[in-house]
Amino acid sequence: MHRNLRPFVNDLVVRAAVAAVVLVLAAIVMHVVTRGAALVSWDFLTTAPRAAGRAGGIAPVLVSTAAVTGVALAAALPLAVGAAVFLVEAVGPHTVAARLTRGCLGVLAAVPSIVFGLAGNMIFCDWLGFGFSILAGGLTLALMILPIAACVAETTLRMHGEDRRAGYALGLPQRRIVWSIMLPAAAPGIFAGLGLGFGRAVAESAALIFTSGYVVRMPDSVFDSGRTLAVHILDLAMNVPGGDGNAFATATVLLASVAAVVALFTALDGKQGRDFV
Amino acid sequence: MTSSQTIISRPPRIRLFRGPLALKDAVFVVVLWASGVLAIGAMAGVLIVLAIGSAPALTEAGLGAFVADGDWYPTAGEYGLVAMVAATLAVSAGALAVAGPLGILCAVYIRYYAGDVAGAAFRVVLMTLAAIPSVVYGLWGMTVLVPHIAAWQPPGTSLLAGVIVLSIMVLPTVAVLAEAGLRQLPASLYLGSLALGCARHAAIKRIVLSSAKGAVAAACMLGLARALGETMAVLMVVGNAVAMPDSPFASVRTLPANIALEMAYAIDVHRSALFVSGLFLMAMVGLLLVLRRCWGGADAPQS
Repeated sequence: MHRNLRPFVNDLVVRAAVAAVVLVLAAIVMHVVTRGAALVSWDFLTTAPRAAGRAGGIAPVLVSTAAVTGVALAAALPLAVGAAVFLVEAVGPHTVAARLTRGCLGVLAAVPSIVFGLAGNMIFCDWLGFGFSILAGGLTLALMILPIAACVAETTLRMHGEDRRAGYALGLPQRRIVWSIMLPAAAPGIFAGLGLGFGRAVAESAALIFTSGYVVRMPDSVFDSGRTLAVHILDLAMNVPGGDGNAFATATVLLASVAAVVALFTALDGKQGRDFV
Repeated sequence: MTSSQTIISRPPRIRLFRGPLALKDAVFVVVLWASGVLAIGAMAGVLIVLAIGSAPALTEAGLGAFVADGDWYPTAGEYGLVAMVAATLAVSAGALAVAGPLGILCAVYIRYYAGDVAGAAFRVVLMTLAAIPSVVYGLWGMTVLVPHIAAWQPPGTSLLAGVIVLSIMVLPTVAVLAEAGLRQLPASLYLGSLALGCARHAAIKRIVLSSAKGAVAAACMLGLARALGETMAVLMVVGNAVAMPDSPFASVRTLPANIALEMAYAIDVHRSALFVSGLFLMAMVGLLLVLRRCWGGADAPQS
């Protein structure tokens, strides 16, 4: 009798674990959205915060978020594509140079975001003299999303090995093969990788609080400090009594933008079944 | 334009110092290698800057002060990091103790229980969990979890709250990487054990999971690395008092939270002491990476 029950118990444990995970996700999303959605309106998105964020909207925060993530993606794109093309084209897959590069990217991927914040603060704010600015924050994030974007770009480039060999068979020079064959073929994957990076960048707060800072004014240029959505939520939740309502509203906006990214990523890259961790 | 003669006779892989090279190709090769070096430089740069930032405090107080001092008053010459290291380990280990088994069960579900549609749907759930920003987890923890714990054991902001929030955040990492490890096993392993009359649960427990031990351990290591480095969600729910974690309901402060809390106003040696906090954190993560390499699991797809 005891032995006969065991398969059922085991199945039950597996399914219970899965159900628990789904329920937790639903509970968190529902909680945030039910408390935040009612406050999100056109006005909320287009007006400046008042009373330290308790009232008013998030317009400058949205602009800063777009600027920081824009700088991050613009800086990460050439770095990541360059590293990926280097790994595919310039060195053999098992050479020392390839292993070293891949190892370094692996270590970079494991560096905690707060350490990126420390390094970014010293390199970009102090040494390069950008101060607390959107540029400093964006460049710090670019370092952070470099490994993941490079990894996605590399796997995508390797999928088009046949096109590459065909190019070489036609006697094309290497730079033609990269520019005209491999990069266009791999473009969807490269942009999917950047989408992944965007998801990371827009969710990040630890690397930004002392690189792009938390000034809430509308930024005039990339040399101004500006707070992103995630930093705004953090500030409202931790430092502003009575800021909860707008914190949830901002979180709803943030969740919506992240959901859009996940959907876009799945649409661009879903057939490959890659993992989004 | 280069002559067609050189184009056709060129070997497939261009080497820097061999054979005739058109100028454009040479520039291209230089750019290619430069971007490879940049990738290496990015990692080296981060670590070197961390070391440079830590140097003033390490020369002034010495590494021993960070280990031996009992308290953390960096402006008064007390640099003890031990309580915070212990708190970081406690929160992360607690999170892994919850998320590890759950994540492995989730991986098993996707691989051996769910059909195609259910499996894909559950993967979307995991990806969504992975994509939710940590401040949103923190906000949820502050407004839902902490009051519940406070009603039971005040003050609510506690190690326990940190463990719960962190375990939810680490779960997708463990699940997805463990699933990737299971996927790499030959199908004959599972099907063969079924054909030999193994029940499904026995085949999974005895055959599949024990064959994928390395990959599963590596997934857990990476999950633990994520947990160690998580800043904001933990900072928002653990209370941030510098103390040894002596009870699940005690308020503690983790290393990343320490940096995030004090960096805004720290100067001179205090600021440098925060870089040393980062160095300790990085050392813990580095140790995990070495362990993971030793176990040699599946390479993380994108980690």
